[in-house]
Amino acid sequence: MTAPLLDVQDLVKHYPGRPPVRAVDGVSLTIAPGQTLGLVGESGSGKSTVGRTILRLQEPTAGRVVFDGEDVFALGTAPLRALRRRMQIVFQDPYSSLNPRMTVGRTLREPLEIHRLAPPAQMEARVTALLDEVGLDPAFAGRYPHELSGGQRQRVGIARALSVEPRFIVCDEPVSALDVSVQAQVLNLLADLQQKRSLTYLFIAHDLAVVRHIADQVAVMYLGRIVERAPAAVIYAAPRHPYTRALLSAVPEPNPRAARARIVLSGDIPSPAHPPAGCPFHPRCPHPKKNDRCRTEAPALRATSDSPAHLAACHFAEEPM
Amino acid sequence: MTEPLLRVRDLKTYFVTEQGRGTARAVDGVSFELYPGETLGIVGESGCGKTVTSLSILRLIPEPPGHIRPGSVIEFEGRNLLTLAPAELRAIRGNQIAMVFQEPMTSLNPVFTVGDQIAEAAIIHQGLSRKAARARAIEMLTLVGFPDPAERVDDYPHQLSGGMRQRVMIAMALVCHPKVLIADEPTTALDVTIQAQILELLDRLQAELGMAVLLITHDLGVVAGQADRVVVMYAGQVVETASTTGLFDGPLHPYTEGLMAAVPRIDAPKSRLQAIPGQVPAATAWPSGCRFHPRCPHAWTKCTIEEPPLLGLGDGDHTARCWLVQEPGRRKPKT
Repeated sequence: MTAPLLDVQDLVKHYPGRPPVRAVDGVSLTIAPGQTLGLVGESGSGKSTVGRTILRLQEPTAGRVVFDGEDVFALGTAPLRALRRRMQIVFQDPYSSLNPRMTVGRTLREPLEIHRLAPPAQMEARVTALLDEVGLDPAFAGRYPHELSGGQRQRVGIARALSVEPRFIVCDEPVSALDVSVQAQVLNLLADLQQKRSLTYLFIAHDLAVVRHIADQVAVMYLGRIVERAPAAVIYAAPRHPYTRALLSAVPEPNPRAARARIVLSGDIPSPAHPPAGCPFHPRCPHPKKNDRCRTEAPALRATSDSPAHLAACHFAEEPM
Repeated sequence: MTEPLLRVRDLKTYFVTEQGRGTARAVDGVSFELYPGETLGIVGESGCGKTVTSLSILRLIPEPPGHIRPGSVIEFEGRNLLTLAPAELRAIRGNQIAMVFQEPMTSLNPVFTVGDQIAEAAIIHQGLSRKAARARAIEMLTLVGFPDPAERVDDYPHQLSGGMRQRVMIAMALVCHPKVLIADEPTTALDVTIQAQILELLDRLQAELGMAVLLITHDLGVVAGQADRVVVMYAGQVVETASTTGLFDGPLHPYTEGLMAAVPRIDAPKSRLQAIPGQVPAATAWPSGCRFHPRCPHAWTKCTIEEPPLLGLGDGDHTARCWLVQEPGRRKPKT
């Protein structure tokens, strides 16, 4: 087995407060080179915080991240900047992450200049090549973000991430602000770029159907923890954690004849400042076997009887629901 | 045959753009009927005109910059809402036709309790006393599945989660037992498990109260699960109408087809999606002929010049604004 490109161990990110907000509460994951891990969860699950903390856009509270053999959290300013060339991020809302006063061309030139990746004479050719790679006409170099549609802006966001030739990209809800027809274009683009440039993705999304189309592995988060992790095909076919089962059953299917066996969870997601004792999911859990153990003892993320690659944090993961 | 409750005919809602340089024909000749007790889904992407259509029905379009063109008709139980005097309109709006919006936080007033906001319509439209209206508000909170309604009635919107706020919005809309509920993306801002709760709630309330629902959404999955009939909109027009099963079994319009192929599906393995090339054109400059022709894989010369009407298939309850209905031989095989 190849060594993972990214290895995250026991990542913790708490925000100060009384009590502290436990946004990420002990997350471990690995991603092999060239693979996509889909990180799925609802609002407040901590999935975006995981992505940002890995890149040290936010400082961690505890934990360890090893990227390509380097301990990310131990790096000083200069080596961190060098590392950022190899790890990039694409945000959900390209409108708020692009500088409105910079043309697309300048936005793409800036990282090339900072990292001295192209001599001035070649700058324009590089920008044109980047635009071409994300399916935009070279004329876009002269435009401002407000002149672009949502899909075009997201292509610029992707081109900017690609400009420094990274190996790894955190895609943080990259298509959730886009209409369906444009969303498909951008997902296909991300898949093509991954192939062509052997990129590794951490793909963060709340939409399970979108993740299905891009991810090799899927991890499901709930209240700052990973509750299930498995190869994509496995988790969609045979989810083990009751939360994953409910989440998958709740996705509206574009098929009026689909037999609906929706598991409707009661209540809201608790606040990460006051996570429930025991299993954090127990107050909403519809599992028939739920008992006192769930209320007191937090289940560890463990291999299920299905396979060592299928992990679930549930005392009753093997029991039918 | 039953009479429709709501009949929209040739609705045109235009906006003068900020710089005064052009007119955005946001809704450009939309017609459909809503029958008692049914759910009609209006589906489309951003900018297709679905929200402007719903706001026009209640005359909530800000004028200026917007205006509903003469000749447009919105009939509710036989009366044209567009020519009613303000007092008559107010007697219908919020009473017989009510609306639920996408973003409950911006549509709830932050300085009033949820009880006050639910009670308001009952006081105005039904002349209830404050005390009776409060009791009604508690009753409504119970109906929409609020835990501890007698206490939560005094909560302010900021004390509630997104899902609970949307329940308050629904309670507000239904307090006068309207005949028509317009739900504009009622679950779009919600997480999927909360969306499931709200969709179940709407199902149950419709069964209990018997109202007709106009469900506006971009989500084909939501439509498939909720609607009896569907209107598909593109570029300010209706491009296809059908029963929900008819639409999903055999979409006629290439746009509908494209949309269905572009939706990522939970039951399909990792694969490429079929994207629709290009993007929705601007409302100030709709393309000539068929407005979808620049993105259509089947378009031929006629499509670039002549705008197709809604053409019917079979007994006419499945229609599409596409010349292919008349000339199916022009359909190109799938690549």
